[in-house]
Amino acid sequence: MPTLTLHKAGPGLTVQDLGRPGWKAQGLSTGGAADPLALLEGAALLGAGTDNAVIEMMGFGGTFTVSEGTHFALTGAVMQANIDGATVEHNTTQFLPAGAKLTIAGATKGVYGYLALAGGITTAPIMDSRATHLTAGIGTRLATDDALPIGADMDRMRAPVKLHVDDRLSGGTIRIMPGPQTGFFSDQTLAAFATTTFQRNPRGNRQGIRLDYEGKGFGMQGGLTFVSDLIVSGDIQMTGDGVPYILLAECQTIGGYPRIGSVIPADLPKVAQAAPGTALRFQFLSVVEADATATTYAAQLRQLRARCTPVLRDPHDIADLLGYQLISGATPGDDLERP
Amino acid sequence: MNDALQDPEICPLGVDGILVRFARNLNDTANARALAFRDQVEAADIAGVTEVAPSLVSVRIGFDPSATDRNAVTTAILTLLAEPMSGDTPPRRLWRIPACFSPDHAAQLAEAAQLAGCTVDQAIAEITTQQVRVMAIGFAPGQPYLGLLPDHWNIPRQSALTDTLPQGALICAVRQLIIWAAEAPTGWRHIGQTAFRVYLPETKQPFALQPGDVVQFAAVSDTDFATIQRDGTTNGGARCEVLR
Repeated sequence: MPTLTLHKAGPGLTVQDLGRPGWKAQGLSTGGAADPLALLEGAALLGAGTDNAVIEMMGFGGTFTVSEGTHFALTGAVMQANIDGATVEHNTTQFLPAGAKLTIAGATKGVYGYLALAGGITTAPIMDSRATHLTAGIGTRLATDDALPIGADMDRMRAPVKLHVDDRLSGGTIRIMPGPQTGFFSDQTLAAFATTTFQRNPRGNRQGIRLDYEGKGFGMQGGLTFVSDLIVSGDIQMTGDGVPYILLAECQTIGGYPRIGSVIPADLPKVAQAAPGTALRFQFLSVVEADATATTYAAQLRQLRARCTPVLRDPHDIADLLGYQLISGATPGDDLERP
Repeated sequence: MNDALQDPEICPLGVDGILVRFARNLNDTANARALAFRDQVEAADIAGVTEVAPSLVSVRIGFDPSATDRNAVTTAILTLLAEPMSGDTPPRRLWRIPACFSPDHAAQLAEAAQLAGCTVDQAIAEITTQQVRVMAIGFAPGQPYLGLLPDHWNIPRQSALTDTLPQGALICAVRQLIIWAAEAPTGWRHIGQTAFRVYLPETKQPFALQPGDVVQFAAVSDTDFATIQRDGTTNGGARCEVLR
């Protein structure tokens, strides 16, 4: 089985897929990629499925080699990368030859970068998923000298494609929907929340991020004695002193702090990718408006695949031009005349 | 408001979920209704429903938005809510779990006892004489919400978060106890320490407790607790009795 070797690993590298839905009642949150859209973009670029496990890189990259040549793609946060010195484009199918060194630098924009491989990471699934869930003690952060099993690239001759991706790495307006506790907040507090500009605090991880703001807090009377209730990722939780936290993939499943609303899944990648200091504002949708944005990972992947466009390369830029099979599919010449 | 609501509230919880809430405050009646409603929804096998997750006083029904929609699931839920519901179910298992309440293992016991209006010794007695029900599992894998303690234990969470607590910590707030399983911040107070692991991901049964089990804590000395911690043959010295 081919392997991916980490010659140098940043501190926030984990194996991720789309997580483990269905264990809320046992206290296990879904987990999975902090920016699931980036995982799907990688799968679209590589013709892989929604179950393609990737390396998630929080803030810092690493240096990688593979034992068998494979196509790959870098998605999510912008991280400068090169193969033995040759620059690698983001959101584009790339080829990593066996033994060549892929070096991925720290994020220059966004937080979570993803390294997707055509055959995926093929570590043993636990509860039907390969996702590392740090707070649940499933899997660990990757370290220098780790070697991971990967699937073989089944289409070594594929034509590279690229994806134009709308910017989701710079914060901006985040759409939220009401939840079970929205009505516990006063109209004044809700209005103030929707007109405040927040900044992502440096404190944050795969569980959630903290928001900073100027002005008075968003607390509420009796907010510390509410019955604990179920949480979904995207929920915006107010601690006792009125500080908002947005909960992400590895959030807890039950919590007592009231939640003013919930970021819709379509906008959650924007939250996860907001680097410290990035400005975020919130816009309340009605439940009907929010529901209209609901989709499935499978549908998202189909749409992304349809948006992939061929990469047109200038032969002058192809250093290993002679390595390509430039003529293929030679025919006897009478194909069209045959029955 | 100490009873279950006459008409449960039906709220959105995510674009693919509905929360049915049986009370605004924690009480035994609402908890029993939530656990019974979980069984009802599971038995009904509603088309497009992907997850039925019970909590202290509520149940979240998750659905696949490509297979059904909020209106269809809500209609099915309302039909089930109109059916007569079964009453309380007796506990299935009784767990006896050793806990140490010495100051080294219970940094905030004195503070919590003061908030509850009793002495430390009274607090330990109240926590260990009562059998508490696993009302829900959550926050972290396998982590039980145990209750309910007497009314004077309705003490609020701290407004600031404690950054981290040892695994097995016994913590309390709002008439409940938790055996801590997570490496995460909490606003609950640390009042005792067990060596019990509620979550054993390396085993075939990763979750020790189930909603509906009851737990009784047994106070042990520092010395006995150290022995329990060293003994790898039991799960924190806990004993489990099957009641039915």
